[in-house]
Amino acid sequence: MLHFSKIKLTVILGIILLGAIFSAPNLFPRDQVEKWPSFLPKTVVSLGLDLQGGSHLLYEVDMADLVKSRLDDAVNSIRDKLRTAQPPIGYNPPPIAANGAVTLKLLDLKTKSVDQALIDRARPLLQEAAGGMDVTIADDGQVTAQYSEAALTQLKQQVIEQAIEVIRKRIDETGTKEPTIIREGEDRIVVQLPGVKDPEHIKEIIGKTAKMTFQMVDEQAMLAGQPLPTDVVLPVADATNGGLSKIIVERAVQLTGQNLVDAQQTFENGAQPVVSFKFDSIGARKFGDITAKNVGKRFAIVLDGKVITYPVIKDAILGGSGIISGNFTAQSASDLALLLRAGALPANLTVIEERTVGADLGADSIAAGEKACLIAIVLIVVAMVVLYGLFGIFANIALLLNAVLILGALSLLGATLTFPGIAGMVLTLGMAVDANVLILERVREEMRNGRSAITAMEAGYREAQATIIDANLTHFIATCFLFYFGSGPIKGFAITLIIGIATSFFTSVYVTRLMTSVWLRRTRPKLLPL
Amino acid sequence: MYKPIHLVPANTRIDFMRFHKPAFVLSVIMVLGSFVLLFTKGLNFGIDFAGGVAMEVQQEQPVDLAQLRGQLDSLKIGEITLQTFGQPNDVLIRIPQQAGGDQATQEAVAKIKASLGDKWQYRRTETVGPKVGSELKGSALWASIGAMFAIMAYVWFRYEWQFGINALLALFHDCVTTVGLFSLTGMEFNLTTVAAVLTIAGYSVNDTVVIYDRIRYDMRRYKTMPLKELINHALNSTLSRTTITSGLTLLSVLALAIFGGEVIRGFSIAMIWGIVIGTYSTICVATPLLLYMHLHRIRGKDEKAADKAAAEKKAAPGTVARRGT
Repeated sequence: MLHFSKIKLTVILGIILLGAIFSAPNLFPRDQVEKWPSFLPKTVVSLGLDLQGGSHLLYEVDMADLVKSRLDDAVNSIRDKLRTAQPPIGYNPPPIAANGAVTLKLLDLKTKSVDQALIDRARPLLQEAAGGMDVTIADDGQVTAQYSEAALTQLKQQVIEQAIEVIRKRIDETGTKEPTIIREGEDRIVVQLPGVKDPEHIKEIIGKTAKMTFQMVDEQAMLAGQPLPTDVVLPVADATNGGLSKIIVERAVQLTGQNLVDAQQTFENGAQPVVSFKFDSIGARKFGDITAKNVGKRFAIVLDGKVITYPVIKDAILGGSGIISGNFTAQSASDLALLLRAGALPANLTVIEERTVGADLGADSIAAGEKACLIAIVLIVVAMVVLYGLFGIFANIALLLNAVLILGALSLLGATLTFPGIAGMVLTLGMAVDANVLILERVREEMRNGRSAITAMEAGYREAQATIIDANLTHFIATCFLFYFGSGPIKGFAITLIIGIATSFFTSVYVTRLMTSVWLRRTRPKLLPL
Repeated sequence: MYKPIHLVPANTRIDFMRFHKPAFVLSVIMVLGSFVLLFTKGLNFGIDFAGGVAMEVQQEQPVDLAQLRGQLDSLKIGEITLQTFGQPNDVLIRIPQQAGGDQATQEAVAKIKASLGDKWQYRRTETVGPKVGSELKGSALWASIGAMFAIMAYVWFRYEWQFGINALLALFHDCVTTVGLFSLTGMEFNLTTVAAVLTIAGYSVNDTVVIYDRIRYDMRRYKTMPLKELINHALNSTLSRTTITSGLTLLSVLALAIFGGEVIRGFSIAMIWGIVIGTYSTICVATPLLLYMHLHRIRGKDEKAADKAAAEKKAAPGTVARRGT
């Protein structure tokens, strides 16, 4: 009991010192901490979104829709390829997308039959048109194109990565600081935005697919009022201005938003907000060709399946830049410019979970947590002194060191402190003194059994230790499950508890023992004041 | 020097085992009652599990709930529940899962914000989709079951299997009655509540293990003491610790309940219940159950020990006699 080996002593004091060093940055103002020498740690416990305010958004990528749209694209592409082949290759029935596959049956237009030559000619065309899918052609000309399991996994992987990239660009453009954007599971993305003031606006910006295309308006079909099979009828985004509500455009996409290098919100005629855009060199050349060939006709700028504007081409536009004038406000024009700059999402995203906390509620929570924590500490400290006198004071010193160590460990691990985490801390404080209660009660018992001060103390620590380890380990197991299943704030709670169990074992067993042994050696009492 | 007070007098001789039968009856009633409540009344699931939207909004003046309800009902977004949250100028708005799925739910939030306008402060907005809700439900259930069995396995490993089973029964008792309390009072049952239940499990088993440890210790020490007496002895010698630890933990949780604010009130209340029920179950369920589960083995050991002692007694005079001759 009295003897503490040098090594043990060094380890105990070392841990306390480390705890103090790592927790110190939390206890001083930030500007002062910045001036400390560089060898000292400066990381502080980061506050969870529930304490500092901010948004936690869980997005789901609509994979079913993604596959469906890929199949639809393949149908169009296959039809085009077969038609434009020299000589054209026929089909009956035509390509359709159903049950996750594109099917059609080849047919030689002249002989009305299928032979190996036709299949050989069609194969590379089909392969190209159905990029990434497995294409099988039976001897009777029956074609099936679908994604293999591996290709589908790869596609999903790729789409998620792309989506994360696009979301990051969009959020960066809005000026939000320190966003966290990570993949979760197979088809989900977590977006965390600390301190964000207007989550609705950011949600709106993240959620837009922003797929922009340039397509020609089919003037003849518009006159006839009947779309051709190569046409598609699209709604007009803002039809209130006495304009058309629906427009027939050609299915063929001339250019996409991918060819844009820049987009900015500006004003036309000094008042009307518009979006000016600039193509890359390929886009500029294509745009020049199209506008040169189609002077006098109209083209449509389509965003997410809606026609924003359908201006008449007055001249060939060769510079590669232009203006989109819809019925914009300054805000909606600058949002559109932002979306065009950041690029389109590869698939639709839906918010399936949102947790937004205002900064003032977070501040209230911190205040309430601090108050509860302080009151709990005061109550426990007073109770321990009343119940155990001097040894209660030892236990209290250990308790405070415990709080320092928890703080230090949280800082060291870069853990996040959440509101339930503060509750975990309060709870840990209550349970931390349990070890001391166990030891001291045991010591009292040994004293009643007639042992002397030092041997009673020794027996108390020895007998109680096994119990303390068992009790802490079972508690630890339960807490690990909490950590494993918990999300966000609950994980924070579990982390605090786990750290608290470890540090309280250390402080309440070893640190109090050290203090007690020093005291025993100094005073050599016959009876313990217990 | 200050002589500390002894809260619980030394050498108490309370016959805890005398009360164990009525306590069993009470526990069985509480557990069955909890199940009946669960199956009839059910739980008031928060949006974590039920899905939907919860918004905490605040304005300068006290809120006229009836007027606010009228205003929000006109939005036609399902059955809206309103309640003041902590203060009269703070309201919690809950709307159910929208039929149109996640997209519609987002739109409903936007509608509420548009309708309320700028004079309100949006302190908190939480939306949970149906898929996430059922996933959270599933993982909460599995975590609870997993935690219980892991604890049982540990106790089994450290002690005997009977101890493990009893610890499991006590845990089950504590968790089920806590959930029952939530059903009875209609308090919102959400993720934080599950965290509280698992924390209660941790606390309760901590409490149980301390006494089991003592029983094991006493079993080695007093080999011939009848089990009933031995358990009583163990409970009495740890009584002071049980009282003080439960008391101190209860104090800190009370501080949390009173000063911790509305957001974690449910958690704090669950914890208060958990500490009380956890202490009760240790003394009145987990420990007395040993009497029944362990009976055969302990008896055997005791009898063997008694036989051995008797044999030694018999043998001793014999040797003396032999020596004498």
